Amino acid sequence: MYTTELKDKNSKAAPAALAAEDPERLAAFEARVASDDFIEPKDWMPEAYRKTLTRQISQHAHSEIVGMLPEGNWISRAPSLRRKAVLLAKVQDEGGHGLYLYAAAETLGTSRDEMIAALHSGRAKYSTIFNYPTLTWADIGAIGWLVDGAAIMNQVPLQRTSYGPYARAMVRICKEESFHQRQGYEIMMTMAGGSAAQKRMAQDALDRWWWPSLMMFGPPDDNSPNSAQSIRWRIKRETNDELRQKFVDVTVPQADAIGLTVPDPALKWNEARGSYDFGEIDWEEFYAVVRGEGPVAKERMMARVKAWEDGAWVREAALAHEAKRSARMAAE
Amino acid sequence: MLFHHAVRLGDDALILAQRLSEWCGHAPMLEIDLALANIALDLFGQATLFLGLAGEIEGQGRDADALAFRRDVLDFRNCLLVEQPNGDFAQTIARQFLFSNWQELLMRQIAAAAEPRLSEIGAKAVKEITYHARYASEWVVRLGDGTEESRARMIAGLDWMWRFTDELFDAETGAPSLRAEWDARIAHTLAEANMDMPKPRRGVLGGRAGHHSEHLGHLLTEMQFLPRAYPGAVW
Amino acid sequence: MNREWPLWEVFVRAKNGLSHKHVGSVHAAGARMAVEAARDTYTRRMEGVSLWVVPSAAITASDPGEAEALFAPAQDKVYRHPTFYTIPDKVKNI
Repeated sequence: MYTTELKDKNSKAAPAALAAEDPERLAAFEARVASDDFIEPKDWMPEAYRKTLTRQISQHAHSEIVGMLPEGNWISRAPSLRRKAVLLAKVQDEGGHGLYLYAAAETLGTSRDEMIAALHSGRAKYSTIFNYPTLTWADIGAIGWLVDGAAIMNQVPLQRTSYGPYARAMVRICKEESFHQRQGYEIMMTMAGGSAAQKRMAQDALDRWWWPSLMMFGPPDDNSPNSAQSIRWRIKRETNDELRQKFVDVTVPQADAIGLTVPDPALKWNEARGSYDFGEIDWEEFYAVVRGEGPVAKERMMARVKAWEDGAWVREAALAHEAKRSARMAAE
Repeated sequence: MLFHHAVRLGDDALILAQRLSEWCGHAPMLEIDLALANIALDLFGQATLFLGLAGEIEGQGRDADALAFRRDVLDFRNCLLVEQPNGDFAQTIARQFLFSNWQELLMRQIAAAAEPRLSEIGAKAVKEITYHARYASEWVVRLGDGTEESRARMIAGLDWMWRFTDELFDAETGAPSLRAEWDARIAHTLAEANMDMPKPRRGVLGGRAGHHSEHLGHLLTEMQFLPRAYPGAVW
Repeated sequence: MNREWPLWEVFVRAKNGLSHKHVGSVHAAGARMAVEAARDTYTRRMEGVSLWVVPSAAITASDPGEAEALFAPAQDKVYRHPTFYTIPDKVKNI
């Protein structure tokens, strides 16, 4: 998930620190959060809350920005004017979402430059899914359908997350997401019902993007130590496994509807549970990608670092010009 | 001929939009990424309308996609300016500055013209292009009157693009009547940026006759690959 | 030297008759750029007729710690609230 807790390289578990803070304020804070009230920027908050939220929100923002790259890869080759415009609008939306989220994170005391430096140095993480390559046009369909689908599942409940600026950013984001998933599914549907070559591309894309999409929901619940605290603080509403199961249950029928096969031989409807049983995820792959060893992790970082470094002179010029302008106005 | 006129207008917008969308995910600042994508989206919209109209006028069953994805270089009628590579941000801004200021004046003319379908599209486009021209002009000033480095790059960018400006005012396929007003706008912004007008030089022509720069072939190769590789497919 | 573009808070009035609402922030080197960035970011779906941008540094916020001192007295002044007054039902329009 864009918001799955992916531990930063340097973060150490510090549960004891929470208790050391002012117990009265802490109790008041916990009560507020428990009553579905919102915490706003200047309110007192435990350091752990501030840190966790800064990390989660900025990670979410980084994911949106890095997420522009796998889809951006196909804008120049989109096969029709309509597909091209819709894809460009989607990628632009993602940039905008990153912007809303960076803005929300800044209210917690960090700065855009600090967050970007953390991303570029590898200290900050972003969603694992964007470390996979987009090989055919069908991948664009798969990403919209599966990746945005998974993201939406997480984002809708976050509209009532405890931190005000984050919740408001999520409301904006959710409103704009509606066409993202539909766009992707429509592409898959068109291809699955198209020529033999298109069908092959569509199935191939589903084969490659299915398991990484399931991994987006993060490690299994028994390996997610901070889940309870995140749920108490309303940073998370359901557990990783719960959301993952929901995603499978919703998505398998969507694949069936367009004649595509989910690449999981163990996938089976379980009447007793009212849910699909599905196969084991390759957790070694997941943790490797989290460590930074995803197939195109290097390419993604290189692109972001290059854009930032190549653009330094532009940012400096804008500041220099503004300074000159102000000086001239002051002199008048 | 009306068909060719609509094609020229559509191709200008299409090729420039294609170029601008190459910046997506790579701009100097997130805010700039959004702005360039906005401009590209406006231009894709204009391209779709103008090329769609061209197809209607031609009456041979070609729609905007058929025109965009199945013609080869000799049949593209965009000006050479829009197919120039992005280069650095200053080169991109130079291209946008010179083009949008011209396109705004042109589209005002078209919005007031006799042909109703053309003028309807033109009227909508004017509002969008006014913003493009202002955006680009402001950046010319920021870069031209920013740091030493930005100034050098801005001068280089304009220097690269200047040889393609005569084509915009070509007697037959351009808009010669717009030259004086365009010159004045360009001069005004450059003065604000403390920059000199680029030196006059021989104009490079040919785009309107299908004789493009070496860049267009590569651009079309990328843009048209899927429809050409899978001719019957619907996407 | 890598200085950052300053932060600006953005307020949008979606429709005439409504107030400007705070929607978020943008980074920009100056006011003109801030307005354009705000327009590109927060009004992409035509959600606005008017935009204000204010340097974040120019905003003075009340201290939540002072909330009691600043805002609690209003809770005592119940005569400010229409429900304090009993008006017979048969009297309309009041």
